Amino acid sequence: MNVTVKYFAVCHEMLDRSEEEMELPEGATVKTILQRLEEEWPEIAEFYEVMQMSVNWEYATENTELAEGDEVALIPPVTGGCDV
Amino acid sequence: MFKITTDVITGAEVREAVEGPDAGAVVLFFGTVRNNTDGRPVNCLEYEAYPPMAEKKMSEIAQEISDKWGLDRVAMVHRVGRLEIGEVSVAVAVASPHRKDGFEACKYAMDRLKQIVPIWKREIWADGEAEWVKPDAVYFDTLKPRKTDPQTD
Repeated sequence: MNVTVKYFAVCHEMLDRSEEEMELPEGATVKTILQRLEEEWPEIAEFYEVMQMSVNWEYATENTELAEGDEVALIPPVTGGCDV
Repeated sequence: MFKITTDVITGAEVREAVEGPDAGAVVLFFGTVRNNTDGRPVNCLEYEAYPPMAEKKMSEIAQEISDKWGLDRVAMVHRVGRLEIGEVSVAVAVASPHRKDGFEACKYAMDRLKQIVPIWKREIWADGEAEWVKPDAVYFDTLKPRKTDPQTD
């Protein structure tokens, strides 16, 4: 199956791309994507404690199962608004 | 109104989005770009968002406010792109029959925005360096519950 993976902020910068299509085996989960990214960017594991993932605009966990056409995103710690 | 925009945010648009004859108060909050962070001069800020998810999360915050205070007229707008010192980056408006609930709900909306709405800020320092801002302390309040029970958010 194919899914779209989006990268924002520090992830966009580190991976040098804002999104890509990924071909995954049936039964793949969010973790499958993280493991694949770890091969390219080993330091990403250090972000896992504070980083979240989303599937189709909803927060997800590593165990969330994926389906054809899903939109997955790596969500670094959010910092919108202002510091007050 | 829940919106990510590249346009200048005006007080009139967010107020008009919530006002009505049953409101005894309209609380408006604007977040603006400050010229320093902990004393270090800032040249400007750059904001990036994941717009469809950000707008969905804003509407969920409004639903939480409806559940907690019974207030159904909330607006949230966040600007993205490069913002200069003094410009409005975020606006929240809440209409309520009485001011106490309006103030509380407005504060709640901003706290939740900083926890769950996917928007990121990059500081461009006056000396030319730039870096992604580390999260506000309120952000971490939501992390642990979500990891053990993803259904709660």
